[in-house]
Amino acid sequence: MGASNESLLVINNISVVYSDVIQVIKGVSLKVPRGRIVSLLGSNGAGKTTTLKAVSGLLKPENGRVTDGEIVFDGEKIHNLSPEEITRLGIIQVLEGRQPFKYLTVEENLRVGTATRWMKPYRQDLDLVYHYFPSLVQRRKTLAGYLSGGETQMLVMGRALMAHPRLLLLDEPSLGLAPLVVREIFRIIKRINEEQKTTIVLVEQNANMALRIAHYGYVMENGRVVMEGDSGYLRGNPDVKEFYLGVSAGGASRSYREVKSYKRRKRWL
Amino acid sequence: MDFFIHLFINGLSVGLLYGVSALGFVMIFKSSSVLNFAHGQLLAIGAFAFLVLVSWLKLPVALAFLVTLCGSFALGFAVERVFLRPLIGESLIFVIMLTVGLASMLKGILLLFFGGNLQTYPDFLPGWLAVQAGSVYIPPVYVASSLLGIVFLVLFGLFFKYSPQGIFMRSVADNQTAALSLGVHVKKVFALSWAIAAMVASMSGVMLGIINGINVHEISSIGLKVFPVVILGGLDSIGGAIIGGMIIGLLETFTSGYISPSLRDVIPYIVLVAILLVKPYGLFGLVEIERV
Amino acid sequence: MRRLRFHPCGNYKEDRLEQLFLFETDFGRACTLAGLFLLFVVLPLASPPYLIYVLNITGIAAIAALGLNILVGFTGQISLGHGAFFGVGAYSAAVLATRLQMPFWVCVPAAGIVTALVGLVFGIPSGRLKGLYLTIATLAGQFIIEYVLVHWESLTQGSMGIVLPQAHLFGLPVSSDRAFFLLIFGVLVAMTLMASNVMRTSYGRAFVAIRDNDRAAEGMGIPVFGYKLLSFAMSSFYAGVAGGLWAYYMRSISTEPFTLGLSVEYLAMVIIGGLGSIPGSLFGAVFITGLNEILRYLTDAMMNMGISSGFGLNLASLREFAFGLAIVVFILFEPKGLAEIWRIVRSSFRLWPFSY
Repeated sequence: MGASNESLLVINNISVVYSDVIQVIKGVSLKVPRGRIVSLLGSNGAGKTTTLKAVSGLLKPENGRVTDGEIVFDGEKIHNLSPEEITRLGIIQVLEGRQPFKYLTVEENLRVGTATRWMKPYRQDLDLVYHYFPSLVQRRKTLAGYLSGGETQMLVMGRALMAHPRLLLLDEPSLGLAPLVVREIFRIIKRINEEQKTTIVLVEQNANMALRIAHYGYVMENGRVVMEGDSGYLRGNPDVKEFYLGVSAGGASRSYREVKSYKRRKRWL
Repeated sequence: MDFFIHLFINGLSVGLLYGVSALGFVMIFKSSSVLNFAHGQLLAIGAFAFLVLVSWLKLPVALAFLVTLCGSFALGFAVERVFLRPLIGESLIFVIMLTVGLASMLKGILLLFFGGNLQTYPDFLPGWLAVQAGSVYIPPVYVASSLLGIVFLVLFGLFFKYSPQGIFMRSVADNQTAALSLGVHVKKVFALSWAIAAMVASMSGVMLGIINGINVHEISSIGLKVFPVVILGGLDSIGGAIIGGMIIGLLETFTSGYISPSLRDVIPYIVLVAILLVKPYGLFGLVEIERV
Repeated sequence: MRRLRFHPCGNYKEDRLEQLFLFETDFGRACTLAGLFLLFVVLPLASPPYLIYVLNITGIAAIAALGLNILVGFTGQISLGHGAFFGVGAYSAAVLATRLQMPFWVCVPAAGIVTALVGLVFGIPSGRLKGLYLTIATLAGQFIIEYVLVHWESLTQGSMGIVLPQAHLFGLPVSSDRAFFLLIFGVLVAMTLMASNVMRTSYGRAFVAIRDNDRAAEGMGIPVFGYKLLSFAMSSFYAGVAGGLWAYYMRSISTEPFTLGLSVEYLAMVIIGGLGSIPGSLFGAVFITGLNEILRYLTDAMMNMGISSGFGLNLASLREFAFGLAIVVFILFEPKGLAEIWRIVRSSFRLWPFSY
């Protein structure tokens, strides 16, 4: 299969176990092609975040471990490496729930992003980040703890960009943001992908937005991948429509009179 | 009035020294949230290392000072590596108790080697450092330690504000997971903070030794006096540590001068309890930014 | 004849009553009885006076360590002032006995109560403070109490110390080491029983809840501050009783022993024995007192051989070092302490030959 050449990241049938007893991921496989946006959909507790953490190595501090299978990044096996090593390969995760360094200013936050190459100059990267996120410029000297939600999201994404990521793992960038801000952020993600050729894995609850910018999507449930396909295909799929896009099969809203009628069930459970 | 000025200057310089002693403590707390009960022993080790180098091996003072600083840097590094690193992620009590255990271990070693008697350095500070203003005379020790204190304060401030390692340290203190996700070498940051802390501690240990002579018990108890100082200033504030140190220093000298010398050693702790009851984050500590 | 009860290989308790047994099996009960017999009859008769002295000291330390474990191990509030509380207990017993001529059986519990009140006062900061701030507050408490003991001369006679009258119980003088042995260990058994029973009630569960997550505990309707204070009071009550017994046993007390070092010693007992374990506190007390005596023996031996004197090798420094080392080694290698080792040993016996 020639696919491994064009895939930057290949996850091959991994299992993840926390504290040696709790199995969260049960055999997930996925491929992320170079320069593409792949989105990972699923409800709460499906294992999306854990999958990301397995890639970025952040399972370790939480006492989790990849017990089975392998994660290959650019031809190199990286599962169970330490986060320090993995980030230096160019895999940067943007954590769920926007975690800025609250007591550092915006610019200092961005400078932390240069940790993987801290002796090198970073001026140009700052300019690049400000180019993508112009609203951060005027808040350069403010403490990050006092930014608004949207600005904070931009900040943490910018911080990740400072590290010159080859693979950017975004964990729910839309969490708790106003729809307009979400649209703005997704627009920027799309631009980063197109202009910087950064490969992106996007974990989202907001399937609608995610599928709009992603090239390919996976749907996870209960620690397994239950469906995959081009985003166009997924958006057309009646199951995805019903359960993740919030559109019922008929398209029109259902009235309670028909409530006894056939209700679509998840067929993969 | 002369008495007052004398006390004031005395208190201020002792206080500054307390503040500088507290710097290393704050440094460790800031980056790894470890409350270091072995800080007094780090001070004492510096003081004794300098004693050995200067009085026993007869090295030139500048060289001895340099060797002391480098040696304690290495010591701090080693302590973190051997004792603290296995405990990353363990609960608070184990970490605190480990430093308590470490404190009595180090103190035991120092006592074994040097005994509990008072020892003194040869007088090596040049006389021109003394300041004579009217009737007020400030001995060279105080001038030297104040100068060193100020220099280190500025250096620390610059380090934390502008250098990449300083910013990384603050980021680790702020949000460890996020720092990890960006590739900050968290363990290296911890090790570095211990190393720098031990270095600064040994420097202030030497200063304390010059002023009061060196005695294991004496210097160890100053290590505990760090607590009122940092609580007053806020556990994680560098400037707060210095100002807290000065306040405690003044308080001590005025208490012993005007009220009773025996009250001197408890008054910091009484203030400590009062502060904890009224303003737990200290005068300059970071108030939690609650919004997320 | 009733059926013998054995340990089931799982938790098959069906109602609350079944959970109330302190000892689940007859074998356990028999062992306890045999142990008590050994402790109160065989041991005092068989041991030489020196050993009895050591055992007495251990028993007193065990009472204090039990109290500290309630606070640190069960409620999760680290205290560095336990040594001072012990001192408060000793001094209140002494003052009550000499100034007010109270009898022995009043003095010791009263010492406990006085100390509990003092403990309450120093527990008040726990209302606003958590974790390390509280630890620092108790550190301050240690120094303040120490200062008061030394300088409130009208009451404590400062560094002169106080000499206590002989203890009398039920009209009989308690003077020999053996008599004290029975007394101390009687109190210890009672206090152990009390502690393990309290820990099984809602109070104990509230303590543990506060230790594990105080916010969640508050959310479940546990008045956290009140329980923290209660825990402080209980812990210092134990320290006070131990201090009172100690004062009577030593007959003369001075302010010297109640330093931060003593507090650290108690914490070491609790950590080495096992946090949140009642047998652990006893093991810890045995371990530390034993270590103390062994070190004393070693230094004496070395002194006699004439190796030490010039080298500053003395008991104090060696003790400091050994305690520190013990604490560090236990935290690094067996953070659950001796209690865990005991559990492993016991269960490997119990489960033999199919040990899994």
